[in-house]
Amino acid sequence: MPLPSGIYNVTYKEDMAILRTWCHWVWLIAFLAFLALIPAFATRSQLNTLITIACSVIAVHGLNLLTGYCGQISMGHSAFVAVGAYTSAIFCNNLGFSFWIAMPLAGLSAGLAGLVFGGPSLRVKGFYLAITTLGAQFIILFVIIHLPSLTGGVRSLDVPPPSLFGYLIETDYSYYYLAMPMAVITTYLVKNISRTGVGRAFVAIRDNDLAAEGMGIALFYNKMLAFFLGCFFAGISGSVYAHYLQTINIEYFTLMDSIWYLAMLIVGGLGQTMGPIFGVIFMVVLRNLIMETAPLISRAVPVLGIEFGAAMSLVVLGLVIMFFLVFEPRGLAHRWEIIKTKFRLYPFPY
Amino acid sequence: MENNRKAVLELSQLTLSFGGLKALTEVSFSLFERELLAVIGPNGAGKTSVLNCITGYYHPQEGDILYDGRSIIRLPVHRRAALGLARTFQNVALFDGLTTLENIIAARHIQLKPNPLTGALYFGPELKKEISHRRVVEDIIDFLEIQSIRKKVVGNLPYGQRKRVELGRALAMEPKVLLLDEPMAGMNPEEKEDMARFIIDVFEEKEISIVLVEHDMELVMDISDRIVVLDWGRVIADGPPQEIAVDPKVIRAYLGD
Ligand SMILES: Nc1ncnc2c1ncn2[C@@H]1O[C@H](COP(=O)(O)OP(=O)(O)OP(=O)(O)O)[C@@H](O)[C@H]1O
Ligand SMILES: [Mg+2]
Repeated sequence: MPLPSGIYNVTYKEDMAILRTWCHWVWLIAFLAFLALIPAFATRSQLNTLITIACSVIAVHGLNLLTGYCGQISMGHSAFVAVGAYTSAIFCNNLGFSFWIAMPLAGLSAGLAGLVFGGPSLRVKGFYLAITTLGAQFIILFVIIHLPSLTGGVRSLDVPPPSLFGYLIETDYSYYYLAMPMAVITTYLVKNISRTGVGRAFVAIRDNDLAAEGMGIALFYNKMLAFFLGCFFAGISGSVYAHYLQTINIEYFTLMDSIWYLAMLIVGGLGQTMGPIFGVIFMVVLRNLIMETAPLISRAVPVLGIEFGAAMSLVVLGLVIMFFLVFEPRGLAHRWEIIKTKFRLYPFPY
Repeated sequence: MENNRKAVLELSQLTLSFGGLKALTEVSFSLFERELLAVIGPNGAGKTSVLNCITGYYHPQEGDILYDGRSIIRLPVHRRAALGLARTFQNVALFDGLTTLENIIAARHIQLKPNPLTGALYFGPELKKEISHRRVVEDIIDFLEIQSIRKKVVGNLPYGQRKRVELGRALAMEPKVLLLDEPMAGMNPEEKEDMARFIIDVFEEKEISIVLVEHDMELVMDISDRIVVLDWGRVIADGPPQEIAVDPKVIRAYLGD
């Protein structure tokens, strides 16, 4: 990575650090402080959007490990989010667990579900694996629907809000301070996984599985690890989201949601830590814009009907994915790197 | 002299067929400790197939392969790599999305034994571990004189440099046996010379045995201790370069009947 003139990496440790100049630290701290201060001036609906973004970022980070880094396409990611959401709800409702114990258990059970459905990845790759993971979407939802005594079946299931030191975290205001730090921590963990041995093994498998094997990288173990980790974060996301909504329904975890997760990742940039963050923000903001403008348009042009919003969001989703695949295949995160490099080197690019 | 040296690899009676096609027929030869063995033969003779059998990508229907006296015929590819078998590929098989540095660090997998938990936290020991491996990799980069492409994505590099990175990746595994499949194919004379020098240096500096598959006869005669000649999937000659050069069977195989 090019550095500004006058700054050299003296040790390998410095060269490997994420933050290399005091300036980076200032930016990071300023950004985190800004995140912490947002609730002081944001409206409830803005906080709601930010919490949604935080939850999706956690899930898409998981998908990024699995699909972006390890190259194993998953079309059933929202089903693993569902496993996390329902596990968390069931542990709290039926066994009286606290959210703080139920959340890691949710991650764990989604991770284990990931192992079950990751099995075929030893045999099939690419397009065929995508179809196999589609099976996960249907099978998991089928199981949830047919266990109504635990999950409520097709009816909604209530989820208690988390509490901390006897204080209920149930407003948008307080929940922001749960969801956002979770997203930040997940980002940090995923960044570290991606830049150490496990992440390199994943990328090696993605780029050339035969050569990876020849380097001593066990394909099956590492693919399963990718499925476990990817689905673990999906489960955590599901748990955090479920306890925010305080009610979950099978409708929240459809194939369409899985496709949205993939779209977010493609738009943000596969295999880059910032990818999920950019992708989720972009897509959530876009979706909100459509949902706000669509009713206005359908009121102005009544022939379009009231379903216009939903239909339009699908059309726009399709167009956006097409646009990014053609014009920005490496996603927003890559564009961001280019802009950052320009700024860092400004005004002397050598 | 060869008889009192210890064999690192022993191939015995390997037979490999694809459907009706016999790629290898009763191939037997040994690689001795600290030996640079060349495997030569006309196109389609089965040289790559032999390497693929040794490294575990191909599964011969008959025969056995001993490594340090132990049969490895049933071990999967990654386990054989962990035992100390490293290779390069005839059609360069790099991790195209990664930089030179990352490609070579990725090959430290065996020594690194990555752990997702400590990796995710990236504290103390994990950081030290990363740095110590980074140091090994930088030495390899210096040795191969590829400092200038250290942080370049390998997918865009010219062919000659990609071959060099691939050698670096194999060296990063600290192998006991290095299997090189036409490391100099498609290079210009200057690049060839560099590559030959690297191979000789590696061979002399490290506790290593090398199997070199190569078409350039002059070079092979020059640098190898012993030569195995394959033709139509069979070993037709096995001996020191001077003998091979005058072996009538070898001359016939190369010139055609
Ligand atoms: N995976 C495969 N499937 C079918 N046939 C194969 C396969 N691999 C090799 N062969 C056949 O086995 C024979 C030996 O091939 P191999 O690649 O080992 O030759 P080679 O000596 O390396 O040739 P070259 O000098 O062209 O690299 C050839 O006839 C080839 O077509
Ligand atoms: Mg070959």
